[in-house]
Parts: sequence; C-alpha cells; structure tokens
Amino acid sequence: MIDAIIDVSPAYFAGFLMTLQLLVISGIGAFVVGVLIATMRISPVPSLRMFATAYTEVLRNVPLLLVLMFCALVVPILGSDLNYYPLALIGLTAYTSPFVAEAIRSGFNGVPVGQAEAARSIGMGFTQTVTLVVLPQAARMVVPPLINVFIALTKNTSVAGIFFVDELFKQTDAATRDHPGDVILVLLYAALLYLVITVPLGLIAGAIEKRVVVMR
Amino acid sequence: MSLSVLYDAPGPKTRRRSMIASIVGVILIVAFFFWMYLTLAAPRVSANGAIQPGTFDPSRWDIVAYPDLWISFGNATLNTLRMAAVAAVLAVLIGILFSFGRTARFAVVRAITGVVLEFVRGIPVLLMIFFVFLVFAAGSYWSGVFGLALYNGAIIGEALRAGVKSLPRGQREAGLAVGLTPIKAWAFIEFPQAFRQMLPIILAQLVVLLKDTSLAFIVSYPELARTISNNRNFFGSRYMFTLFAIGLVIYLVLNLTMSWLARFVARRSGPKLGKALPNTPRQIGVDGTRAITLPGGGYGPPDPPH
Repeated sequence: MIDAIIDVSPAYFAGFLMTLQLLVISGIGAFVVGVLIATMRISPVPSLRMFATAYTEVLRNVPLLLVLMFCALVVPILGSDLNYYPLALIGLTAYTSPFVAEAIRSGFNGVPVGQAEAARSIGMGFTQTVTLVVLPQAARMVVPPLINVFIALTKNTSVAGIFFVDELFKQTDAATRDHPGDVILVLLYAALLYLVITVPLGLIAGAIEKRVVVMR
Repeated sequence: MSLSVLYDAPGPKTRRRSMIASIVGVILIVAFFFWMYLTLAAPRVSANGAIQPGTFDPSRWDIVAYPDLWISFGNATLNTLRMAAVAAVLAVLIGILFSFGRTARFAVVRAITGVVLEFVRGIPVLLMIFFVFLVFAAGSYWSGVFGLALYNGAIIGEALRAGVKSLPRGQREAGLAVGLTPIKAWAFIEFPQAFRQMLPIILAQLVVLLKDTSLAFIVSYPELARTISNNRNFFGSRYMFTLFAIGLVIYLVLNLTMSWLARFVARRSGPKLGKALPNTPRQIGVDGTRAITLPGGGYGPPDPPH
C-alpha cells in the first residue's frame, strides 16, 4: 500500500506542477481576456457590446471538452505545429475568459446605481465615473466570484489530461493502471492534491466575502 | 432616453463617432471570419509535399450522405440527454440531502456532511466519474450519472442551504409554534421557500450538468463528444473538422435551448418583484434599485422600466 504511494509520488508531483502551471498561466490569460470582454460589454460602442455578448454566449454553451478537442485535434489539421501544452493553455484561457467577464460584470452590477449617478451629477465623464467611483467598489465584490472561477479552472485543468497534457489527471489515469490493487488509494491521493489547491482558495474566497458583506 | 448611467445620451457627434467605430468593428470581425474561412478552405501542403484538400472540399464532407453517421449522432444526442436527465433528478435529490445534513440538529451529522461536501466540491468532476467507474465498477452510464449527480448535488445543496439561511427566523419559529416537529418545519415551511428562491441558481447548475455530460467521454460512454471521436476513428481523421462541426452545432443547440429555458422558468417562477423576503441576499435590480447594467442584455434580472 505504502509502496504504491511512494511509487506514484514522483509522477504525481510532476503532474501537480503541470496542473499548477496550467492554472496560473491560463488563469492570467483568462483574466486579461475576461477584463477586455467585460470592458467591451459596458462600452458605448454597440458593435463591441454585441461581439462581447456573442463571444460570452457561445463559449459558455460549449463544453470544455469540445473546446480542448478543437485545440488538440482540429487545430493541428489546420496546419499549426504547436505542442499540446500551449494548445491546452489556449483552450483553457478561451473557455475561462467569459466566466471571468461575467464575474466582473456581476461585481459592477453590485455597485448601487446611486454611486454612478452621484458621480455623473457632479460632472464626471465615463472614464472618471468608471475608474474613480465604480471600479474601486466593484473590485472588492469581484474578488470572491473571481476566486470561484479560478477554483473551477483548477478542476477544469484535469480535462487537458484527456488531450495529451501530462498533468495530474493523466498521471492518475496511468497510476490506476500500474497499481490495480490500490486503485482507491491512488485515486484518493490525487483527489487530495487537487484539494490542496481548491480548499485554500475556497477559504480565502469565503473570508473575503464575509468582509465585503460586513463593509456594505 | 439614456441607455446607461455611465455615460450621457450621445449627441450627434458622438453618435457619428460611435457609428464609425461600430462599422469598423463589424468590418474587422467580418474580415476575421473571412480570413478564417480562407485559411480553412485553402489546400494544405504537408511536410512531405503532399497536397491535402481544404476543409470545405467536398471530399471532406461526403460522409454527411451516410445515414449511419446521422443515426450515430442521433443516438449520441439521446444518450447525452438520457444521462443529463437522470443525473439532474438525482442531483436535486442529493442536493436536498446535503442541505438537510448541513442544517441537522446533531453537530456530528453537520460536520460529516461538511467534510463530504468539501471533498466532493473540491475535486474535478472528471476524477469523480473516474472514481465511480473504477471503485464501484458501475458501468459507463451509471458512473457518469453518479459522478455528475454527486458533484452538482453538492453545489445545489449549498445553494439550498443558503436559501434556507436567508429566510426570516420567524418562518421556522412559527412552524414550531404551531406544533410542527423541526423536520416537518423544515420540509413544509423552510425548504419550499428556499427551493423557489434558489430555483434560478439550481436551473443554471443543471445547464452546467448538461454540458458536463461530455466528461463521460473518459469512461467511453457513447455521448456526443465520444461519438465525434468514435466516428473519427471509423471514417478517418481527414473528417475530423466535419465531425467536430456537427457535434459543436448539436451541443450549441442543446445548451442554448436549455439556457434559454432555464432563464425563462427562472423569470416566471423566481421571487417576484416587490415580494422578495426581507432577508434575501440583495439582488440588485429586483427590489426596485436599478443596477448599473449595461445595455445589450445579459444574465442579470431585466431592468425595470424607467
């Protein structure tokens, strides 16, 4: 039993690091794209708004598996010579960005309208209203849902394992075949490694949420 | 009429500028799609000099004439829906159990439920399905169903708990005062209100569940995603784009219909305007306050007329 754990540990830690890499890089990517999409959605230009809405609507209604399948199996046919790893990063970024945008938007919607009206009535323009009044208040409210999006992303990185990225889930899959006698143990070990990322993130989100509620 | 409080109603000059920006935006988007179309349609020269036909070449689409292909996709759609439907019912039941356990009178029950919940919510659904498949040897259909039901049940359970918690205490106390047992008070007084209030969240979660049936790919359940891959192995990878396009369209139709239905039901039976209970988590825009929402619609509650 202990043998199995010791035996799979090196592969698991390599997989864990890969999962972390996927999480951090596509997390940053999704944040940048998400902010862009959210900005487009509140912008005064109708075509940008429509584009952002369509982007969100389509990507939110396609399963992640299909997004990654597109990246791993369709893109190479189209003549790209990228590895599976950057392709998975692109897929995860694209899939996560509309959720980031929605989290940001819900934060904006949480700022009472009187704040923006007050800013407007003392003569502030669009940029001033958004950057000086709405954004600082929205930022606090955006953090908990944003962390939840990143928790979901952590779990979603496992799908990249199906498409040839050597992250934790793929290592788990291999480990269950190498240790058919200790399947439960090997699976619980992997679950524990995922929990090491998701539980602390959840606790941070909960703590921040509580503080925001008190401040309001 | 101003569209948003964030900026003035545009004057003639701004309108013109915004019109120009819109036109430029549309042209850019159309150009992008046109470029993608050309790239896809162009024949490709592979490394060894062989020329392959473009993506829209008839030789890549001739499989659409095979009835077998459509039969397999039809079956796959039914399989996806079958899994989603059973998993959805189970998820709601498991959610009710979880929320009941989390509010139980005995601290031990609460603690155990809390740990289980944290575990179930913290690991990937994919791992959960895989777990059920290997450990309980449940067969591909039931591992998918139970994996999805457990995970989504945990989330629905937390939503229901939050719903019960947000009810005024008087609801439960009144129930106890007229002689209901705590369980009856929960079942007849608190739970129905919480369920109704949380219906939008539960429905949104069920749409996620429908999307996540694609993860049953991992246990070779013949749902849509697996069917794309099976057909690819059968017809050859030159048809990958075609097969993917068909699968994508089916998924989009299914999910957009479900999302729309969920939003429709949520609007019809969610907490009514002005009837929101005093302690409900404040939903901006519902209780008469107007959100800084943005023109162009979206997921939030509709703006009241102003």
